[in-house]
Amino acid sequence: MCGIGGIVALHGDANAPARPQLLRMTSALRHRGPDQSGIATLGRAGLAHTRLSIIDLAGGRQPYTNDDSSMWLVYNGEVFNYIELREELRGLGRRFRSESDTEVVLRAYEHWGEAAFERFNGQFAIGIWDRNKEKLVLARDRLGVRPLYICEHAGRITFASEIKAIFAADPSIPRALDPIAIDQTFTFWSVLAPRTAFAKVEELQPGHVRSITPHRTRERAFWAPSHPREGAPAYAGSIEEATEEVRAELARATSLRMLRADVPVGAYVSGGLDSSLIATLARRATNSRFSTFSVRFDDPEYDETRYQRLVASELGTEHHEIVVRGDDIARVFPDVVEHAERPLLRTAPAPLLLLSRLVRDSGIKVVLTGEGADEMFAGYDLFREAKVRRFWARHPGSRLRPRLLQRIYPYLSRSPVAQAAMAQEFFGRRLERARLPGFGHEPRWRTTTPLKRLFARSMHAAVGTYDSIGELMAQLPPEHSAWSSLAQDQWFEVRTLLSAYLLSAQGDRMLMASSVEGRFPFLDARVVELANRLPASFKLRVLDEKHVLKRASAGLVPEAVIARTKQPYRAPDAESFLGPGAPDWVHDALRERTLTAAGVFDPRAVAQLHAKCTRQLASGTPLSNSDNMALVGVLSTQLLHQTFIDQRREPPAIDGRDDARSTIVTTNGESP
Amino acid sequence: MTTIDAVRSFILTNFYVPETIALADDMSLLELGIVDSTGVLEVTAFLESEYGIEISDDEIVPANMDSIRAIAAFVETKTARAA
Repeated sequence: MCGIGGIVALHGDANAPARPQLLRMTSALRHRGPDQSGIATLGRAGLAHTRLSIIDLAGGRQPYTNDDSSMWLVYNGEVFNYIELREELRGLGRRFRSESDTEVVLRAYEHWGEAAFERFNGQFAIGIWDRNKEKLVLARDRLGVRPLYICEHAGRITFASEIKAIFAADPSIPRALDPIAIDQTFTFWSVLAPRTAFAKVEELQPGHVRSITPHRTRERAFWAPSHPREGAPAYAGSIEEATEEVRAELARATSLRMLRADVPVGAYVSGGLDSSLIATLARRATNSRFSTFSVRFDDPEYDETRYQRLVASELGTEHHEIVVRGDDIARVFPDVVEHAERPLLRTAPAPLLLLSRLVRDSGIKVVLTGEGADEMFAGYDLFREAKVRRFWARHPGSRLRPRLLQRIYPYLSRSPVAQAAMAQEFFGRRLERARLPGFGHEPRWRTTTPLKRLFARSMHAAVGTYDSIGELMAQLPPEHSAWSSLAQDQWFEVRTLLSAYLLSAQGDRMLMASSVEGRFPFLDARVVELANRLPASFKLRVLDEKHVLKRASAGLVPEAVIARTKQPYRAPDAESFLGPGAPDWVHDALRERTLTAAGVFDPRAVAQLHAKCTRQLASGTPLSNSDNMALVGVLSTQLLHQTFIDQRREPPAIDGRDDARSTIVTTNGESP
Repeated sequence: MTTIDAVRSFILTNFYVPETIALADDMSLLELGIVDSTGVLEVTAFLESEYGIEISDDEIVPANMDSIRAIAAFVETKTARAA
């Protein structure tokens, strides 16, 4: 795992990339790759790379070039099928000079061009500079596991794994929060690529490749999620056969991610089904010592210790735990926002930042997690809730209504179904839209959107008539309406939250903050394609979520874990930021002066929100979901402004470690 | 303060509605999302403590809770009955 960056001057009038700019990029990306760094200045282009060595520890230095130095590569991530691709390319007459996956990536591009990317089964962000064609090619894995940002400014393209490296490279790039991005966050809980939280910076969409020459920019999707048409089954087998196939594919995907590493690989164990299954399959793939890692909470509402320990002891792993308290979350939250580089409505990333530190301190560089199972195999409550609401729409008089809702939300101590009549009013609204796209997500968006009342007048003016949901609907793939309702809901979940929040703010950024690489067997290309081919009823059987996955786990994962009620991963939210022990940064972020400086929120409304939350905490009344999201949203946006815009930090000092670990390549393409 | 003024003041403060938003007394608080399913319980708790009334579950329905005017009218009916 690594950090990548680069600068390309689009025309002769633009400044050529300078070595200090590239070195500032590697300094800003040091946490992503502490083992080595390298830059290359190649006339109009410059590339930067920081490396976390996982495969071919001795080789694989980057920026990496081909035999005649006509193409240069920086690459972050893994192409897990690189050995198979190497064999295939050898068969096609290509010769290899190393064992590294990096060489396979570049030679695959040399051979197949942009068609190489759809052959990659992995998680990657790639920048290739083709000197002959004066072309920059940027590509990102199918589901957006690895990040890639792009900024065009003053005739130059600057790209990097993290936005902070773009800002570090070129302090002349204007910095401002993008009001539309904040509006999206207060709708979808995320900013949708290609937009980012910052006005001048774009995110390359998952599964996309963009090529840039001085004369034109082209972008296309080399992959997009696809589902069978409803009524036209794509899977002929029985549920039993599907169970076998899911188990076998997951075992293969897990073992590939265990074995394609020259360092030990560990696993996260949350106590839920997905990570337990992955840890079990991983344990079977190795004979060497195997470490597992868990977050525990001192608040029993969130804690899952019992199940975590059960799994770890069944597997006989070296189990590591960290106990997270509310004040830990408040303490690390500024770091979380600095790494996440986006506004957040939840604190859930914070414990994962603490967990990745534990992994690093235990000497492990790679962990497997269960991310992606809920999206691919329909684990979220939202899918069940949508199914119930569609049932209501078809059977308006059913007496089952309140009981169905109680089945969906039994775990919430602050249940939205506490009052049957109100729940009916809330969930039973707009049922006439049941056949329209977005119906499943409408309650989520509808409960989040009203929080925009906190926006300052100038913010409302900047957003204007922009309609985030309308814009999303305009992006639906043409075949979307032909899919099953579940597949349609899954598409929205993947588009709005998988890469935009889960794999980034809770995944890559919290892991890489501690130089740890995450690997996600559920997002294996073949697993995803199998999951999408299966009939909806195999995934969500009546209201039984992840049905086929539970079957596939039988006999592998302890029965108690399979049978337990699904508990979504959550962390204590706003409580952490309130009360007498609240850290100074909270008070600072909520001051009228800092709120006015950021210009996003109305200071009086925020003061009322803060007073309400403080009052409720003091009286022992739990905060509502809306108040929680509101407070976390305000604080994270304020931190974002403070960190990246207001207290514009000096560009990071150039890390001048002039030892064997850093490589500097000069213009003519030869190492000094 | 009249009942409707007290209810309005509570709604605006408790649900942090800025002055920039003109909230009319008969607008649907549920439809606007200013009051959600948990918010209804906050309104209920406020009414019970402020007016010394007891509100049963079957009174927590949209007809009684959906707007500032509806809430005020509901309270006035309840207090009149108690008096």
